[in-house]
Amino acid sequence: MKRVAGVLVLLLLMLLAGVVGVWMLNLRAADRSDHLPIASPPAAGSATRGAYLARAGNCMTCHTERGGAAYAGGRSIETPFGSVYTSNLTPDAQTGIGSWSAAHFWRAMHHGRSRDGRLLYPAFPYTSYTQVTRTDSDAIFDYLRTLAPVQRANTAHRLRWPYSTQAALAAWRALYFTPGGYQPEPRQTAEWNRGAYLVQGLGHCAACHSARNALGASRALTDLSGGLIPMQNWYAPSLVSPAEAGVADWDTGHVIALLQTGATPRATVLGPMAEVVLHSTQYLSAADLAAMAVYLKALPQAEPDPAPPAPVAVGARVAERGAKLYGEHCVQCHGGQGLGVPGAYPPLAGNRAVNLPVTANLVQVVLHGGYPPATTGNPRPFGMPPYALLLSEADVAAVLTHIRGSWGNRGQPVTELAVTQQRGVTPP
Amino acid sequence: MHHLTLVKLPIVLCFLLTGACAFAAPAFEDSMAQRTLACTACHGPEGRAGPDGYFPRIAGKPAGYLYNQLLNFRDGRRHYGLMTRLLDPLSDAYLQEMAGYFASLDLPYPAAPPSTAKPELLNRGRLLALRGDPAKNIPACVQCHGLALTGVVPNTPGLLGLPRDYLNSQLGAWINGQRRAHAPDCMAQIAKQLAPEDLSAVATWLAAQPPPANPRPAASLAQAPRIACGSAALPAGRQQP
Repeated sequence: MKRVAGVLVLLLLMLLAGVVGVWMLNLRAADRSDHLPIASPPAAGSATRGAYLARAGNCMTCHTERGGAAYAGGRSIETPFGSVYTSNLTPDAQTGIGSWSAAHFWRAMHHGRSRDGRLLYPAFPYTSYTQVTRTDSDAIFDYLRTLAPVQRANTAHRLRWPYSTQAALAAWRALYFTPGGYQPEPRQTAEWNRGAYLVQGLGHCAACHSARNALGASRALTDLSGGLIPMQNWYAPSLVSPAEAGVADWDTGHVIALLQTGATPRATVLGPMAEVVLHSTQYLSAADLAAMAVYLKALPQAEPDPAPPAPVAVGARVAERGAKLYGEHCVQCHGGQGLGVPGAYPPLAGNRAVNLPVTANLVQVVLHGGYPPATTGNPRPFGMPPYALLLSEADVAAVLTHIRGSWGNRGQPVTELAVTQQRGVTPP
Repeated sequence: MHHLTLVKLPIVLCFLLTGACAFAAPAFEDSMAQRTLACTACHGPEGRAGPDGYFPRIAGKPAGYLYNQLLNFRDGRRHYGLMTRLLDPLSDAYLQEMAGYFASLDLPYPAAPPSTAKPELLNRGRLLALRGDPAKNIPACVQCHGLALTGVVPNTPGLLGLPRDYLNSQLGAWINGQRRAHAPDCMAQIAKQLAPEDLSAVATWLAAQPPPANPRPAASLAQAPRIACGSAALPAGRQQP
């Protein structure tokens, strides 16, 4: 009896120690911002710089509801754990951040905790923003304070238990989050370091270009080896693979052009990356884009797969069907040799996006069509029609299999099942 | 020389082996028609309407009306996933250019399908369209959509040449809030005053009308409408199309 009681006490003590440990980990480097006064009106220069930095962080895109007031929040971010609703960043005293100080804002950006100390969900990419400097964080805050206040009460998140609890968040943060701060790499140039700061911090590129684990945590901020974006079913290709979206062998000018205009001779952006170019990177200065290009070009590239999977034989009926469909629906723009039309229709022959092992993006594009972003540098893009209503799942699979096996392409066949799954998760 | 031969080789082989070649070189032109192939895939060649009555004609509709609808889809006042996804990455200026392009297409309308509706229903529909029902506070369609019902530039659409199912579903969508317009949303107010049988009557009559000799939208209304309707602010520095 005594022994059982002893074990129980020991277990309780261990549990308590665990809880305290998790809590302490969550308060690492935390500052006491609760009672700080709201700063006096900022210098004009700071707000202007903040507007630019907010573009670099693409803050508005998530913090604006479809058709709603800019920065007033309310957009739902779908996650495997439920819906997270973005918050009102306008300086409304009741519903926005009108009663926040720059220190409160820094706590959110750097520590992932709200004004009242509540832990924030990492759908707000503070795992990346923790790299941002205090000066830059203050500038963004100064900019947000210049916006017109919009009264819109924040929408409560809709998350499943236990993800809906602060305890779960505390445990998650103990496992996957350490408040950071960009540490310049002295052996690299200032330009490389600026690029690294933007890519790892405000750019939060790893939020998509790095695979997430079962608990939704990305790998390191420096890991850009590609990942499937949860719920959206777009694959953000690897930036360290010459076979995917690595740019080590690209002209720097082409990398800059892709981020500035959305289209280059070597690639075009669609889907979530079109949103990034449209609302964020097209507004960045030539110097910052060049810095990002230098950093991305210098990423250590993965070795090519020494033994790529042997090509899978395609049945005669599927092959015939795919070729016929290509002749009916695709050839008009992409051409008989899959060469496309420069500046208008992308080539399919030798296109890395066509040959990706993950076929999610191809199926998305054929089912739903799409336009590259209409940017200042490419204001009148050509678009791809949607085929969701015209082609069956078997048709989409056959035509993609044809494209991935023609003109020197070496992509594996696309199965009808892959198309069905995609159609299931992304209804028109 | 060698390079050219290599490029042409597959085409030559294709002819030799099959006698005919389906893989013709793409006929590319740098035009709005090419840029809007994503639209005409559903709305029919040149925007003449899709074959099933679900995708309406967009050719020849007033530019302001089309532009407002593009914004309505993009900004969540109308709901159709395929439209929204296509429009999301496009700028206001480009959407306005697309609207202007389809508005500029002057194409003949097909004949109206024969109607099997009862004469009473058609009579009621005609009355509502041409006179309205003041007792129920329903204005006549012609009051805003023009005496010939071909619409009025820049923002009011024509109502002829549309399938009955499409008219029915749009009026229904206005009633249940699935279709909205910029405030003040005049058509929502009117649709909500329509009894189901009146809605059906007016949609049936409109769909049965033969296309007019001149299908173009009117330049102006003889009399200013008594109801206010909202529309989009134009992109900075742009003239009304």
